[in-house]
Amino acid sequence: MEPVLDNLDLYVSGFWRSLEIVLWAAAGSLALGILLAAFRVSPVPVLQRLGALYVATIRNTPLTIVLFFFAFGVPAAFGVTWDFFALGTVGLVVYTAAFVCESVRSGVNAVDAGQAEAARALGLTFRQNLSLVVLPQALRTVVPPTGSVIIAMIKNSAVVGAIGVSGDLFSAYRRMASALGYERLPSIAGTAVGFLVMTLTAGAILMVVERRMAVSR
Amino acid sequence: MRTRSLTLAAGLATGALVLAGCGGDDSGSGGSETEPTVAEAPEFAEGTTMAEIAEAGSMTIGTKFDQPGFGLQGLDETPDGFDVRIAEYIAGQMGIAPEDITWTEAPSAQREELLENGDVEMVVATYTINDERRERITFAGPYYVAGQQILVASDNDVIAGPEDLADNPDQVVCSVTGSTPAENIREYLASPGQLVEFGIYDDCISALDNGQVQAVTTDNVILTGFVAGSEGAYKLVGEQFTEEPYGIGIEKGDVEFCEFVNEALQEAADSGYYEEAWTATAGQFEGTEVPDLPEPDECV
Amino acid sequence: MSAPTPVLFDELGPRGRRRVRVATGVAAVLIAAVVVAAVLRLHERGQFDAALWAPLLDPRTEEFPLVWQRLGRGAAWTVVLGAAAMVLSLVIGVVIAVARLSLPTAGRIPLIGVVELLRGLPVVVTILLVSVALPAVGWDSGPQWALVIGLTLYNCVIISEILRAGVLAVPRGQVEAGSAVGLTRGQVMRGIQLPQAFRSMLPALISQLVVILKDTALGAVVLTGLDDLARQGLQLRTVLNNGLQTLLVVAVIYIAINLVIGRLAVVLERRLSRSRSTSPEVEEAEQAVRA
Repeated sequence: MEPVLDNLDLYVSGFWRSLEIVLWAAAGSLALGILLAAFRVSPVPVLQRLGALYVATIRNTPLTIVLFFFAFGVPAAFGVTWDFFALGTVGLVVYTAAFVCESVRSGVNAVDAGQAEAARALGLTFRQNLSLVVLPQALRTVVPPTGSVIIAMIKNSAVVGAIGVSGDLFSAYRRMASALGYERLPSIAGTAVGFLVMTLTAGAILMVVERRMAVSR
Repeated sequence: MRTRSLTLAAGLATGALVLAGCGGDDSGSGGSETEPTVAEAPEFAEGTTMAEIAEAGSMTIGTKFDQPGFGLQGLDETPDGFDVRIAEYIAGQMGIAPEDITWTEAPSAQREELLENGDVEMVVATYTINDERRERITFAGPYYVAGQQILVASDNDVIAGPEDLADNPDQVVCSVTGSTPAENIREYLASPGQLVEFGIYDDCISALDNGQVQAVTTDNVILTGFVAGSEGAYKLVGEQFTEEPYGIGIEKGDVEFCEFVNEALQEAADSGYYEEAWTATAGQFEGTEVPDLPEPDECV
Repeated sequence: MSAPTPVLFDELGPRGRRRVRVATGVAAVLIAAVVVAAVLRLHERGQFDAALWAPLLDPRTEEFPLVWQRLGRGAAWTVVLGAAAMVLSLVIGVVIAVARLSLPTAGRIPLIGVVELLRGLPVVVTILLVSVALPAVGWDSGPQWALVIGLTLYNCVIISEILRAGVLAVPRGQVEAGSAVGLTRGQVMRGIQLPQAFRSMLPALISQLVVILKDTALGAVVLTGLDDLARQGLQLRTVLNNGLQTLLVVAVIYIAINLVIGRLAVVLERRLSRSRSTSPEVEEAEQAVRA
């Protein structure tokens, strides 16, 4: 581990850079994922199909391909000139949103139909129904799987380092191992520890949240 | 701008496609005028690496698969370039014909590893000789001396050399992950974010086309290849600001093999093969000169 | 398994239907506008040029056979690597699940530690670690095994978690009944708990198998010497100089392979449910769950 300790600043700055990617991607994929889920449970057939098509396509395409597509295919094809931090994050958002959508949708569908019916029988409007009855209950079933999706996204953010974002945790390894000539095993171990800190923390937070919600039930 | 890439690709792929066109057999550099001489039943002292390789009748060599002019893999998956030709000559001196060579991709980050693990007998892959690498492997050669330079779009009048990078933090420069040029350029940057790193140079050039980076830096010979194919879209700026002697990586401490390789290089130069190989590959790019074989370093 | 009963709205009345029609029209127009804009932009930038597509789609070109020979070989490797990792992950996953359920607490703790560790690491990092560690312990494994083992280390843990949840969901009464008729704990696990866990968790297992297949593509990012579909795609895109087109074709091949896996899963699911003698109520309940 000595090489890692000698270059700790490289890993620490990499950690913050990776965290930055993760936070942007989390915000983006939650927003897009919830929008897609809304499409899929909406009464509008076109939107339902659009949502379903999106999910089926993205879920069956490897992350590597999605990321390269956004990093190289899209800029060349459409003339987009964003930097690779943005493109990598967008790729990650597009990929993760499909999974967020599915966990949100299944959460909404898991709410007992009788609940909404009862609410409607009491004369609640669609909006009241949604905000007072359905969503609060859906939230409880949505949080655990969505949390897992976000944790998976944190792990997937390592791949973004492979497509040109420099200064993240994964490129810290690359720099250590190749240009600076350190042994590969400790170099990659440093990166591994960095990601473990992130995923284990996220896991702990998720557990606390889940417990809170379980109590309030 | 895409036509640039296409022309370049077409130019570079022509060799490969010609090969593919001849019935698709893997005859290495078949069809080229620089066929390496293959020694018949060469004699080597017992126990040397040369004797082992000659005995086996085949060998594995690591090279780049994405370096125009030096080692570029075409559609048919056989690499070609100056590095490949040089390696073929050395193999020929041990009685190994080009078709008996197995090519392994040797990206910058893994070259020492390939040699240490014994995956390859030799690495010829735009491999800069330096002391850190000497700790782990032995270098024969050098067989060529390159120097780092900067490539920009022709209409870029901001960057005239590496010194201008620090004053223009909005000018992003691209190089290959973990390569010596990427490391060298860092000291010229205003911030680490000014450097973008990709796995291959081709992606840097795409990024330049797309306006995501404004400069690409690596060894001059590689950049020359891109400039040559660009129909005036790119130019090289500034002087070469480093010296990169390319060596041939072999297992650490194998002095006999190292000396043998150096002799083979000398013979390649004397016989005219070295010049022909250059002219047929990297020498096709405009603005390159036929190099002289540099004096070999001592084998350690 | 038709569309789930909508929770949020009733069967629509005339006004609702009109609204939906309007919304459909608006959405369709918006979607069409986006698609047209994208297509125009692509056209403007020459992305539909025959030169970019022909090597991939036109059998008369010189490149076409070479390109598809490589893509075909890549797809075959992807399937082989994916299948190897799937089988290993399933086998080891079962072992871990059973161990976690039957070991005494003290023995469980190190196991849980390893499981959490493997679960917390990005798969790319695990693959890389394996590829570096194996030669260090004297096994010159090559990139294929490094990839398969790396994928297995991660996915066997996930699969064991899925199975464990499935086992825990089997009603206690069944276990007690098993013990009551004199089955050992092992027999209860093998004969009663695991088969039901497999059946109830089949959808989750299948989607994990799809994940394994997709994750073989991560090898192309961190390992050299692989020959799988992603690797071929990434190389071909630079040789052919058509990033968008090659990656699209590669994505389509991946989707096709995964749809086949999904199809197989449906067939398997039908087989399983046919071979068992379940009461109609259970069947009905399951239908509801799946929907």
